[in-house]
Order: sequence, then C-alpha cells, then structure tokens
Amino acid sequence: MARVLINLPPKAKRGEVIEIKTLISHPMESGYRVASNGAPIPRDIITLFTCSYGGEEIFRAELSPAIAANPFIAFFTTATESGTLEFHWSGDNGFSTTETVAITVE
Amino acid sequence: MMPLPGALGGLVAALATLAPLATLAADIPAAERRSGYEFIGRETRAMQDDDAANPGMLAVLDGEALWNRGEGPAGKSCASCHGDARQSMSGVAARYPAFDAALGRPLDLEQRINLCRSERQQTAALPFESRDLLALTAFVAHRSKGQPIVIPDDRQTRRLVEKGRAVFERRQGQINLSCAQCHDDNWGQQLGGAVIPQAHPTGYPLYRLEWQSLGALRRRLRNCLFGMRAEPYPNDAPEIVDLELYLAWRARGLAIETPAVRP
Repeated sequence: MARVLINLPPKAKRGEVIEIKTLISHPMESGYRVASNGAPIPRDIITLFTCSYGGEEIFRAELSPAIAANPFIAFFTTATESGTLEFHWSGDNGFSTTETVAITVE
Repeated sequence: MMPLPGALGGLVAALATLAPLATLAADIPAAERRSGYEFIGRETRAMQDDDAANPGMLAVLDGEALWNRGEGPAGKSCASCHGDARQSMSGVAARYPAFDAALGRPLDLEQRINLCRSERQQTAALPFESRDLLALTAFVAHRSKGQPIVIPDDRQTRRLVEKGRAVFERRQGQINLSCAQCHDDNWGQQLGGAVIPQAHPTGYPLYRLEWQSLGALRRRLRNCLFGMRAEPYPNDAPEIVDLELYLAWRARGLAIETPAVRP
C-alpha cells in the first residue's frame, strides 16, 4: 500500500475556495531506463488521479512517464457542503489506492 | 536502484577552472556557517518548508510505522523500550555520530539503530541505504528538527574529530583533491551549474531531486568521492563515520532540518 499525504482544511466556510494538496509515494519508473546489466526496466507509473467531492468528480489528471517519483498534485475547489472527498490513484501493474477525507462546511 | 554517475561528469572539467587556492583549509567561523538550505533555489526551499509537499515526509511516516512494529523473537518494537519518540528521540540526532564506550568507536545514527536491532530486538540488521533503515533514521532525526547540532567538546571526541579532519583534508583520487578544497576554501563559488555549499550534514537523510528518493549521508559522500575520481569507502568503513563526525562538529550550532530537500 502506497503511503499518501493529503492536506486540506478540515473546516471551511460555504463558498470558500480551498486548496487541496496530495502527495503519494510511487517510483514513477519511466520505462526508458536500463538497469546496470543492460536490461530495460519496465514502465511502472501512476496513470490516473481523480478526486470526487460528495460523489461528484471535481478533478482528474492523467499522468505520463515524464512525471517525477512521488507525484505531488495540488488543486483548488469551492467548498459547497459538508461531506467526504475521495482520492483515487491507479496505474501500471494493477496499482490502485483510494483515500477519503472528511470536510465540514459551515 | 543505483545512483547514476552521469551528472558528475562535468564536475571534473569545472574543477580545473577553479581559481588558484589562496588560503589553505581554515575552519569556517560560526558567523559564516550556513546550511545548504541557503544555497538552493526558492522552489526547492518551498518544497522543504511545506510538510504537505516534502516527499521526505512520506519516509518519516513509514519510519513511524516501523518504530511501532514488533521485531525478533520477543516481538519488541523500538517503542517497547523508547516509548513515545516525540519525547525520547527529541534532540538525539543532533548529537550523532556519538562515541560508544562499549565498542570503543563512534557510531552514526544508522549504526546505532542497527545495534539496537541486533542487541535488543535480536533481529537482523537492516542493510545500509535500504528503504526501511532510511525511513527509521528519517523518523528519528525528524524528532530533532530545529534543534542545533551539539557535539561534546571533550578529549575523546576531539581525538576522533581530528581523525575525521584528516580524512576531510586528505588529497585523494585521480585529480588529487580534498573535501576541504571545495567546501572550506571555495564555498559559494560556482562548480559547473551549481553553487558549492559548505557541506553541513544538517538534513540527512534527505530527499534529493536528482536521486528521486531519500538518501543517507553515505550516499552523498560516495557521490562526492566519485566526482573526485577517488575510490569511495565501503559502507562500513571507519573513515565514513570519522568523516560524518567531523562534518557534524564542523556544523555545530546549525539546526537539524531532516528531511531536507536538495536539488
């Protein structure tokens, strides 16, 4: 299971724009490198990140081999109502990680 | 994954252009002592300063899980003896490498953790630069973040510091360079595209963007020696700990930054 760090304010005012920061541990092996014995290292990357807020998708990113290890993705959204944000990362070799974080909107 | 030597190729060419050395290795006075943090770019600093963006924090979290995980026949964890690391490990990393009276030699934090594993937990030592050892070391060192490096000023330590200084000032390798020629005499100058820092080990284990991972001071020393076209010391060589102790003594007073981020 990959280690994940998600940072967002636990409480927000209705209509406030909040920043959401995510960081996930992943080697993001590009597939273009060779090992010391000359054998190619197979590609192993995260290909898709999505975030949904109260069941509705609010952010989506497609990741490519040029992205560095441990991808950091930050984005903004408007706090509309209390609920949960669900974060999902998926990629090569069946990689799949989901995290949820609750937010209270007053 | 082994570090790739490619980026160091330019080092040798750039060294040849350094101005003739006017002064020989003198200690950097306390007022001029500056962490590598002050030589890096704004974006890299921002990355280090924000715990939500610093990839080294992922390893600190891994280390916390390892701290509480039972190991060996008795299922003892680090926490079984040391309790809450927030209190028990505060300031510890700022005192390492430290002299171990029983062994009669200095130990760095990685070796100290492995000694605990073999003697107290009765389990296998973790290999140097393994993910788990880096994570545990990062977790322990992070508990000292912001605290100044303190190396005791007694006769025993002095003797060891002088041994480390001899390694630091020894010319070695095919281009006959010493650590001191760059980091004492020419810090702040350009070496290829980068500024030469003062070589203070304030943030180890640290996340290097070039490595795409966390790395220990050993790895950094190996990189430097490789660039000097000298033969790197094996991971368990006494010279490494001597050098680490001298570097810590040389950086006394500077704050621990673990996990630092460097380009």
